[in-house]
Amino acid sequence: MHLITAKAQLSPNVTRLDVEAPRIAKIRQPGQFVIVRKAEGCERIPLTIADADPEKGTITLVIQAVGKSTRELVALETGDTIRDISGPLGHPTEMISSGRAVCVGGGVGTAVVHPMAQGLFRNGAEVISVIGGRSKEWVIFEDELSRLGKVVVCTDDGSYGRKGFVTDATKEILDAGGVDIVYAVGPVPMMRAVANLTRPYGIKTIVSLNPVMVDGTGMCGGCRVDVGGSTLFACVDGPEFDGHLVDFDLLADRLGTYRDFEEKANQCCSDGECRIGRG
Amino acid sequence: MKIDRHDMPEQDAAARAANFGEVNLGFSEQLALLEARRCIQCKEPKCVQGCPVMVNIPRFLEFVVDGDLPSAARSLFGDNALPAVTGRVCPQETQCECQCVRGVKGKPVAIGYLERFVADWARAHAGVVPIEPRAATGRKVAVVGAGPAGLTAAGELVKLGHDVTIYEALHKPGGVLVYGIPEFRLPKEIVDSEVERLVAAGVKIECNVVVGRTYTLPELRESFDAIFIANGAGLPVFMNVPGENFKGVYSANEYLTRVNLMEAYAENADTPVLRAKRVAVVGGGNVAMDAVRTAKRLGAERAMIVYRRTLAEMPARLEEVHHAMAEGVEFETLIAPLEVLGDDKKWVSGMKCQRMELGEPDASGRRSPKPVPGSEFVLDCDAVVVSIGTRANPLLTATCPDLKLNKWGNIDTDDAGMTSIPGIFAGGDIVRGAATVILAMGDGKRAAKAMDTYLMGTQNG
Ligand SMILES: Cc1cc2nc3c(=O)[nH]c(=O)nc-3n(C[C@H](O)[C@H](O)[C@H](O)COP(=O)(O)OP(=O)(O)OC[C@H]3O[C@@H](n4cnc5c(N)ncnc54)[C@H](O)[C@@H]3O)c2cc1C
Ligand SMILES: Cc1cc2nc3c(=O)[nH]c(=O)nc-3n(C[C@H](O)[C@H](O)[C@H](O)COP(=O)(O)OP(=O)(O)OC[C@H]3O[C@@H](n4cnc5c(N)ncnc54)[C@H](O)[C@@H]3O)c2cc1C
Ligand code: SF4
Ligand code: SF4
Ligand code: FES
Repeated sequence: MHLITAKAQLSPNVTRLDVEAPRIAKIRQPGQFVIVRKAEGCERIPLTIADADPEKGTITLVIQAVGKSTRELVALETGDTIRDISGPLGHPTEMISSGRAVCVGGGVGTAVVHPMAQGLFRNGAEVISVIGGRSKEWVIFEDELSRLGKVVVCTDDGSYGRKGFVTDATKEILDAGGVDIVYAVGPVPMMRAVANLTRPYGIKTIVSLNPVMVDGTGMCGGCRVDVGGSTLFACVDGPEFDGHLVDFDLLADRLGTYRDFEEKANQCCSDGECRIGRG
Repeated sequence: MKIDRHDMPEQDAAARAANFGEVNLGFSEQLALLEARRCIQCKEPKCVQGCPVMVNIPRFLEFVVDGDLPSAARSLFGDNALPAVTGRVCPQETQCECQCVRGVKGKPVAIGYLERFVADWARAHAGVVPIEPRAATGRKVAVVGAGPAGLTAAGELVKLGHDVTIYEALHKPGGVLVYGIPEFRLPKEIVDSEVERLVAAGVKIECNVVVGRTYTLPELRESFDAIFIANGAGLPVFMNVPGENFKGVYSANEYLTRVNLMEAYAENADTPVLRAKRVAVVGGGNVAMDAVRTAKRLGAERAMIVYRRTLAEMPARLEEVHHAMAEGVEFETLIAPLEVLGDDKKWVSGMKCQRMELGEPDASGRRSPKPVPGSEFVLDCDAVVVSIGTRANPLLTATCPDLKLNKWGNIDTDDAGMTSIPGIFAGGDIVRGAATVILAMGDGKRAAKAMDTYLMGTQNG
């Protein structure tokens, strides 16, 4: 059982939970994730360790409510518990220790980029973050990232920062020169766009993939992705890979495997939400 | 008077193909008595030689004949910690029963069914047979993995008075017994009650600990006096054919884990599984049988085994093959997949296959399949479950470069189960490659004995 010690709403559909998990808080490294099962009978879902406080023994999870399992998690309150958390899983982020890194985060991906940026900053690299959201209220982790370096905020509607996509802002930074590596985390189309953008520049681009997972230990193969023509298991071989080698079409397709089930589950849980709304 | 071997009462085939209830219903006390009487109490029992853990078969059978079931249970549990499991899943036809002298002219004594009967009787009547630990030794032992090897070793070690902690990667102990072997063959409550028995005896079980990630092996070595590694062989092998990543292609591990551990067989489970109409399961082992029978129960109109050789070469337990056939599973033999085909949305739409014929026997004596030229055809299916084996998962061993592995990545041990690192032992599938429950348990038992010697030696020395 893992106690939730703090909760905050970061954007209309993104929630931050600080959860007790002392061992993981102590040893986790940027790029690693946990598998969480809220309660008996619930699904096992992967979530990135967005931050950790080894003193307090807590890890920070930043969760976008997209379906039944994530909705149920964000409905938890401080003082509630999560039954199972296993980790830290996956390989730590491949870091540089000098030079300039651009960290591109879209939506909840910004929370995944954050520990990478933290690690790079601690390593001595220069960090430029480019983060985006639909509009002002959807932008997350701006303060945290601005402690680590320059932050460029992009919104689709121009209500905050500059108007446009993160790729536009990233292109300008690349054109200005001096960039050694790019990290990109967000929805599949965004990661694909960033990888396509950096390819002609020949700049190494690391993306964090989010296939469906079950065990997270290499036992099921459900998380398989195609990287450079070989099939790899994202949970143990990744989750971060060379964005220039990833088959994003396949990833996007495989993520749709359970869409029918999810739609059904979503209907049930929006009923649940109504009840919460009334109560 | 000659009595024939008694058949196992089972659920009607048509009914059971649509539910997840156990297929075999178990012997009644009367049937068990009659069957046990078929044992002629050999002075040098061959059956015992056929059992990897040398269960004293005539002894517990004699107690059954005498109607002294408590003594039968004590005798059986003394030899084998999980008789309710092995009675159900051991390949008896190649182990104890194939050696039984009654099988020379007729059918062997139904040792597996009787083992199951006594174990179930003990659970129902005497409660679980408690473990009585020896005085505490003060030695701390870690067990990695709560499958049959790890659970057996933990039971033996706690009996010997050691302080045992099991670390299990998943949220539930049991290993393949809970995530792989389906409910219709091995009800989960049997594994649960064994786990309770261990916990009652003082074994600590920490789930959600992935050794190699949460703790490395060298870290564990610092806080424990000895370690037993029993993390199984859980890395699925795929066919390496085009189209294998289309939606609707599963490894057997994923398919079975979703259905068993994550309970996707229930309509409203949180974890989904595709309920395909025509499921092709590639492989011919126990795992393939479990997957194909599961597909049938999930509503598949056609549940098919696709196997490169013939029925005679199938490594699956005979009983499983018979059960599958009775349930309407189709066996497509002498067929090898070449490619998984997909529709425009990348859903599985079929599988391109090739017919095979058997060639000359190879070094292992098996006749290896050879493709028949020009025999390509498309098998109509909308899901594929790949069940062609597993390899050693490198997750744990990668964090301990000193640990000696063989060329397949399995851990090397000596006869007692000790690895290249003193104090670290290993057993089960991680040492043998995919094997059997009883062999894994045998390893757990043998290693526990060797660990005890090691631990008591280091204490004195
Ligand atoms: C290594 C890793 C790290 C992750 N880190 C985070 C994180 O820090 N914060 C966070 O909010 N989410 C993260 N995710 C995604 C998260 O696991 C999924 O959103 C979650 O499993 C969806 O479950 P659900 O039942 O709520 O939604 P579902 O009902 O299962 O799905 C709803 C929608 O989300 C899509 N979806 C399903 N599974 C995933 C997935 N694994 N990734 C992306 N989309 C998916 C579906 O296609 C569907 O459209 C991560 C995924 C991985 C693999
Ligand atoms: C579907 C299926 C059907 C089978 N049917 C039969 C049958 O009918 N008869 C038979 O005799 N055999 C059968 N087998 C084979 C048998 O189940 C195995 O040989 C046996 O379970 C091996 O036992 P084990 O203890 O070595 O490993 P496992 O049962 O695999 O258990 C290993 C445990 O270790 C855990 N683990 C893995 N990595 C780590 C880690 N890094 N840290 C912590 N924990 C970890 C796993 O989660 C698992 O719980 C079947 C196997 C399968 C998959
Ligand atoms: S443990 Fe298995 S092989 Fe041994 S007697 Fe029992 S059923 Fe037979
Ligand atoms: S070999 Fe057969 S008949 Fe002889 S003791 Fe064993 S079970 Fe009984
Ligand atoms: S999640 Fe099962 S192998 Fe990666």
